[in-house]
Amino acid sequence: MTACLLSIEELSVGFHTPEGTARAVDRVSFSLDKGETLGVVGESGCGKSVTSLSILGLIPSPPGTIESGCIRFEGRNLLELDPEALRRLRGREISMIFQEPMTSLNPVIAIGRQVAEPLMVHHGLSRSAALAQAGEWLDRVKIPAARRRLEDYPHQLSGGMRQRVMIAMAMVCRPKLLIADEPTTALDVSIQAQILSLMLDLKNEMGMSLLLITHNLGVVAQTAARVVVMYAGQVVEEASVVDLFDRPFHPYTQGLLRSMPQLGARRSGGGKRLKEIPGIVPAITETIAGCRFAPRCRHAFDHCRAKAPDLFSVGVGQRARCWLKHFPERRRSDA
Amino acid sequence: MKRFFHNKNFTVGFVLSLVVVIAAAVSLLWTPYDANRMNARDRLQGPSWQHPLGTDQYGRDTLSRVMTGSVNSIIVGLVTVAIGLTLGVGLGLISAYFGRLADEAIMRFADLLFGFPAVLTAILITSILGPSMVNAMLAIGIFYIPVFARLTRAVAMVVWEREFIAAARACGISELGITWRHVLPNILSPLLIQGTIQFAVAILAEAGLSYLGLGTQPPHASWGRMLNEAQTFMDTNPWMAIFPGLAIAWSVLGFNLLGDGLRDTLDPKMVRVR
Repeated sequence: MTACLLSIEELSVGFHTPEGTARAVDRVSFSLDKGETLGVVGESGCGKSVTSLSILGLIPSPPGTIESGCIRFEGRNLLELDPEALRRLRGREISMIFQEPMTSLNPVIAIGRQVAEPLMVHHGLSRSAALAQAGEWLDRVKIPAARRRLEDYPHQLSGGMRQRVMIAMAMVCRPKLLIADEPTTALDVSIQAQILSLMLDLKNEMGMSLLLITHNLGVVAQTAARVVVMYAGQVVEEASVVDLFDRPFHPYTQGLLRSMPQLGARRSGGGKRLKEIPGIVPAITETIAGCRFAPRCRHAFDHCRAKAPDLFSVGVGQRARCWLKHFPERRRSDA
Repeated sequence: MKRFFHNKNFTVGFVLSLVVVIAAAVSLLWTPYDANRMNARDRLQGPSWQHPLGTDQYGRDTLSRVMTGSVNSIIVGLVTVAIGLTLGVGLGLISAYFGRLADEAIMRFADLLFGFPAVLTAILITSILGPSMVNAMLAIGIFYIPVFARLTRAVAMVVWEREFIAAARACGISELGITWRHVLPNILSPLLIQGTIQFAVAILAEAGLSYLGLGTQPPHASWGRMLNEAQTFMDTNPWMAIFPGLAIAWSVLGFNLLGDGLRDTLDPKMVRVR
């Protein structure tokens, strides 16, 4: 049995704003095994990025505070580490790739030095040794003529190339966990697949775990083994990728799947329009008594609006935060 | 480099400043006459073949003195900007990084320094410490600290918000490392621009202090000092005042245009701070 690498237990993160405390992450729990790929899916503002930033201890404070919970990485609670120990962990054991390759690289520093920097910081390599390794890494992330590119500046590279540089930067120290926050969102569709397969190849080669944060279910289907669906700061469903696509339980997950365009759907499905989920995500400063998805849910009934559901087990390795588990008769058939 | 010379300000400023720098460099090795040697026979002359810029009341060659004076001006510019940069940038970075109390304290200190009329305080400082070139540089340099502190704070705060800082943090780079290797390189161009402009201001300020007798002391040549000495002989030999005055105007204009040109070229978006 594979060992657990990262487990997040009951994590809550709040942001203090003049309008009140916004709970961006509300009692989120999930875990990630060694070598596993976990997808975290949800709309913008559902708390997926905040969750990933809290793993690295990079929640800006103030205004953010981790209110409760724990984040265990190889048994250590990251929330109890002092800032210096946490810093030594970042880039070495846990790395992160950001969404915007255009702005995530320092515009005035040559890319070779940027890739080499973590090596100098964490492994104490000399500049020339680090640069030599950086050259190897640029080659590994398939940047053509990598050695000659070391002196290039970010503006000389395309978006896809910059994201490759970001990947190299995140991987040079061979981390055990890579967090990728919307790594392909800002890229052309044709480049997205290349970047994803590159990340998966490197992950398999180095036996690391991947936490893939995205709003794109297509990306998850291609890469992840298990998926966590988040909505308004909470985990609403967790399942294996196969179960999630075959038997989504939560109405929100179902809605997400229905709002996904599918190739050939017009012919087989008789020309159906894409179904959007009505309504908008509630503001996280609002306190909602019942289920947070209830206002947008077409199955919602009185009980949903009165009492918040827990994560109920709805199958083998599948959990969903929905009262339909106990009131299956309330589920309306698809119109 | 080519794009700089597309800018008229930069080109003109560059040429003017280059002349000053060359004159200073040459004077270290050679001047037409010894700048301090008196020659009673050739007193108070106008321009001639022997003395292209004339002579002063002791018969000293004005061209030689203007050339030697340029060394003086360049040293003052360099030292004062260096004082302002090291302390000002340091304080500005601290202010931008820590915010809150440190920021308040440093910025109010800057306001306090700004509150004093610069020239008056420089006079005060030089009269307390005693008139000398070193003290004049100190007095001017102190006034540059808040200039650079404010500028640094303003631009560094913007840089800290940028995404590559978060990326650097995610790579485990220490806050000091980020400041030094990521923030500082990104604010160099506004600092360079401001530094060039302050360089010009320093030349003018030193000339002013020396004119008042609070800067460079005789017999050393300084443009301000020369103006002062020329004052008595304005009726008999106005040339004595014209050439040092021209030298001041020339170099101040040169370094100012250079600064403007740098700004236009390096950062068209930058809003001029102060």
